[in-house]
Amino acid sequence: MASNGTYLTQSADIASRTIGDDTIIMSTLDSTVFMLNSVGTAIWNAADGATPLSRIVQDHVCPEFDVSDEQALADAMEFVDELVKHGILLVSDVPVPPREAL
Amino acid sequence: MSLLGEINDLATARGIALAAHMDITWRCNEKCVHCYLDHDDKGEMTTDEVKDILRQLADAGTFFLSISGGEPLMRRDCFAILEYARALRFNVKLKTNAVMIGPQQAARIKKLGIEQVQISLYSHRPEVHDAITKVPGSLRRTIDGIRRLKANGVKVSVTDVLMRYNHGDVRAVKKLAKELDVNFVVDPTITPMLSGDRSILSLGITHAELEELMHTEEFVGDVAEYCSPLSTHGDDVLDGYSCSAGHSLAYISPYAEVYPCVQFPMPCGSLRKQSFREIWYESPAFTELRAVHVRDLHTCSHCTHTAYCSRCPGLAYMEGDFRGPSSADCQKSYARTGIPSPAMSRAGNRIPQAAAGLVQISGLQ
Repeated sequence: MASNGTYLTQSADIASRTIGDDTIIMSTLDSTVFMLNSVGTAIWNAADGATPLSRIVQDHVCPEFDVSDEQALADAMEFVDELVKHGILLVSDVPVPPREAL
Repeated sequence: MSLLGEINDLATARGIALAAHMDITWRCNEKCVHCYLDHDDKGEMTTDEVKDILRQLADAGTFFLSISGGEPLMRRDCFAILEYARALRFNVKLKTNAVMIGPQQAARIKKLGIEQVQISLYSHRPEVHDAITKVPGSLRRTIDGIRRLKANGVKVSVTDVLMRYNHGDVRAVKKLAKELDVNFVVDPTITPMLSGDRSILSLGITHAELEELMHTEEFVGDVAEYCSPLSTHGDDVLDGYSCSAGHSLAYISPYAEVYPCVQFPMPCGSLRKQSFREIWYESPAFTELRAVHVRDLHTCSHCTHTAYCSRCPGLAYMEGDFRGPSSADCQKSYARTGIPSPAMSRAGNRIPQAAAGLVQISGLQ
């Protein structure tokens, strides 16, 4: 389960594209499709393996959306768990080195 | 509506090229009798040009990417292109004849997370398939390629393009697809050559054969439902578009030219002269195409078949008027329902001799 100290990484087994405030994600493993709203997109795009979830929520969710810190973190953890379940996001208790850039 | 349908509507509403089809070469190791392409290399995109265009497409919001040809594996950099596309997070489909897919290629396709490999399969008999591709041994090599892909867990779809040479094998090809555990698609449409030469259309199946296909449950599902004509269509249909070409779909040729679709050779611009965004948003051709709704089609807007017709504006374009009917689709609707379209009635001679008996088809009783 995700916690406030969880580090997030986008799986390599996905296709994704952010269009405006929304993000389309498709698993290349089982072709499951997800559409993330603006909150989900904010978390997704900040999932760099180096920033803990609590910081992502603090920096990218709370300033943009009218929600308390506690509620935002609880909602974010639930969201992360859902994506982890489908192999879309990977979680780690320690920072993850970035993948090689193009 | 499915989530993918919602996403496509969203892309259309926002004017985003959600899907792109890129032919990275028109060269091919097969010489299929019905192919609509000129296989000579007239200055293909370099690897760097392809990568630059892929970056532009990703920036423009493109998500679905079909890499095709010709035979894309004829390019030595095909895997470098696929790898780059996947690094840009495209959902990639690869269209190939699978002849060049050995164990290493199959494993690499799996590792890259290619969404699906699409392969043409014309017959279960070598003497028929190989006669169509003009390459002896091609059926065996294609099937070997399919088996290697499947052994690696890659999703495969085979398409059986029906011609007078192979239409009698369609059930056996479907059975073979089932044995291979791959998706099966049947396609009765022969496309004119992009040069405008329509002579290959004579390879297509007859009206009677098309009619039989469209009244066969294993290909269309519920025949009575599929073949029942709808007498009315509302504003939702008239305010819509014939297809996604130019609305959420773009085609890019091996020479970096942009068109609405591979089957719609209306030039929209060159990526060697302009950016993709400039072409997609500012090209007069795309602007003209997007201004045309179904209600603006001079013949089809009044046609009985409008609500369900698969009218292809590209085929209509190749007949001289993209606002007009596509005779291949008129024939399909006719074969499906037994009712000639207004375009066919006007043309007169396009109604085949078998027309008189069509309303007697048992599935419609």
